[in-house]
Amino acid sequence: MTAPDSVIEIRDLKTQFGSLVVHEQLNLTIERGAIVALVGGSGCGKTTLLREIIMLTKPAAGSIRVFGREVVGTNRKHSQQLNRRFGVLFQKGALFTSLTIRENVAVPLLEHTRLDRNTINAIADLKIALAGLPAHAADNYPAELSGGMIKRAALARALALDPDLLFLDEPSAGLDPVSANALDELILQLKDSLGLTVVMVTHDLDSLWRVTDRVAFMGERKVIGYASMTELTQSEHPLIQEYLGGPRGRAVQAAQG
Amino acid sequence: MANLTDTAAPANIDVEQGQLFCIGAWTLLGIVDLSQRLSARHWPSGTIQLSGTRIDALDTAGALMLLNLVTEWRQAGRTVEWHDWRPEYSDLLTLVEERQQTAATTRTPSSSQLNPLARIGYQAWNKVEHALSMLAFLGEITATLLRTLLRPGSIRWKALFANIQRAGLDALPIVGLLTFLIGVVIAYQGGDLLSYYGANIFIVDLVALSMVRELAPLLTAIIVAGRTGSAYTAQIGTMNVTEEVDALRTIGIHPFDVLVLPKLFGLILVLPLLTLFGCAMSILGGMVIASVQLDVGFREFLNRIPQVVSLTSFLYGIGKTPVFAAIIAIVGCYQGFQVSGGADSVGRQTTQSVVQAIFLVIIANAFFAVMMGGTGL
Repeated sequence: MTAPDSVIEIRDLKTQFGSLVVHEQLNLTIERGAIVALVGGSGCGKTTLLREIIMLTKPAAGSIRVFGREVVGTNRKHSQQLNRRFGVLFQKGALFTSLTIRENVAVPLLEHTRLDRNTINAIADLKIALAGLPAHAADNYPAELSGGMIKRAALARALALDPDLLFLDEPSAGLDPVSANALDELILQLKDSLGLTVVMVTHDLDSLWRVTDRVAFMGERKVIGYASMTELTQSEHPLIQEYLGGPRGRAVQAAQG
Repeated sequence: MANLTDTAAPANIDVEQGQLFCIGAWTLLGIVDLSQRLSARHWPSGTIQLSGTRIDALDTAGALMLLNLVTEWRQAGRTVEWHDWRPEYSDLLTLVEERQQTAATTRTPSSSQLNPLARIGYQAWNKVEHALSMLAFLGEITATLLRTLLRPGSIRWKALFANIQRAGLDALPIVGLLTFLIGVVIAYQGGDLLSYYGANIFIVDLVALSMVRELAPLLTAIIVAGRTGSAYTAQIGTMNVTEEVDALRTIGIHPFDVLVLPKLFGLILVLPLLTLFGCAMSILGGMVIASVQLDVGFREFLNRIPQVVSLTSFLYGIGKTPVFAAIIAIVGCYQGFQVSGGADSVGRQTTQSVVQAIFLVIIANAFFAVMMGGTGL
């Protein structure tokens, strides 16, 4: 493994919607090869922070550097170069409804590589299998799949370009426990063999314990705790105590020993 | 390990002293044209020693290509031995090999490759099915209508008034402007000819009669079909996709009560009024041109209108519009409920809705004209 250097560096970030201040003086550094989860109560701006890193929402002030490059106010060419190194799994999948699953996975490949159609189809089929979908799903349209299968198809599309940086917005929401476990396992496997950096927003306490290296706990408009789960449970902060010390948090913690 | 730049050393295989070395980046960027580079190569027979010491990078796409090559070798009767692969690369190769077995390999033929005869039959049956489901929809509307008339308390007044506001009041500027311009154009075009014969005053007959009997009802209906009918389809269609229609059903609200009837009633009330407004605006347009170009004053123009436009003509013109309104509302809602799947389908049905509504309005208009001709009015 390469020495840990930072992939994402957020400094003094401020986000504001009208009079509502979502983030203020927010700082966060994410290292290469780490799996980092953003957690916190509903409405604390986790998804907004994710959207700002992937350049879908523009912050009011501050700086976000990804791979050492400033993304706030970047131009189209730079943002395209960055985009091909990102894989994003949206909360509801966001698959293109007019395309089959194979075509959906092939979209980024067609856009960003010069490979021939057969190779692209073979790669798309592999990604579909990697995401844990049965082979016959490749020819289906998103409307014909269940919620859990749509999630996995969306993951296959996010992995299409073998990204360096994978963003997952609520990856296990809506998945059955077996699929959620398989997803956790897959993320760990890919991280080890591809050196992926993963940033995820999740409420799933099981995957927080299982896959994350560090957890950024968001509250009071900033990151109030940034540590491994074990360290985070020792935190005195009332918000963190409330989140992790509730009956669900304690049950998972006990199970993890 | 990660490909930080846009360029990568092309993936290839070197042969040295009977051993094969993977070189370059076996990644998405590096494997471009890989099969061309490898196709003409001769591989040693017997056992192949495949070394990973000189590979720059490997990702899932590169692993897939490498494994395909290895499968090819094995099928040709060779055995493959892996030497000196970094543990993370071995893991990746194992992962890809394992998942590749479950990946799809067969292609099902797409349904668009039917023979022409089959396609004609398919299309014809489609039309029949379409007509049948439209009929079923009409029946359902009638049933809901009767049920509502028996219990007027179930009318959703709020939705009705919201529809009147959106389909009627908000459409006034566009209807007014467009009919005004058509009035101007007709007066302008006809005026030339009339002044040539010294029959300036007949400009009133030309503008008022054609507008009141035919053009204003038709134009207004077409504008409303494009503006409101499409909105109906898009709204109901999106609600269908996001399961809001099903949510209504489970709450115990019949979707027709809130989504269809207020639109139908609202448009039937509003379209005659819009048409009336359109008539007035087009006559105003004609009047302006008449006074500027043909020396027919406003007073003269207005005085002649009652002599030209009989009450029957007026009632005929306005009387058609509730039928047009019903066509637009029913087609718009019907197409909305036909939406299935996602964004793509919403777009397709919205187009269908506008085309079909305009088509049916023009047919209905022709039907009215023939009927009136028969009665000699």
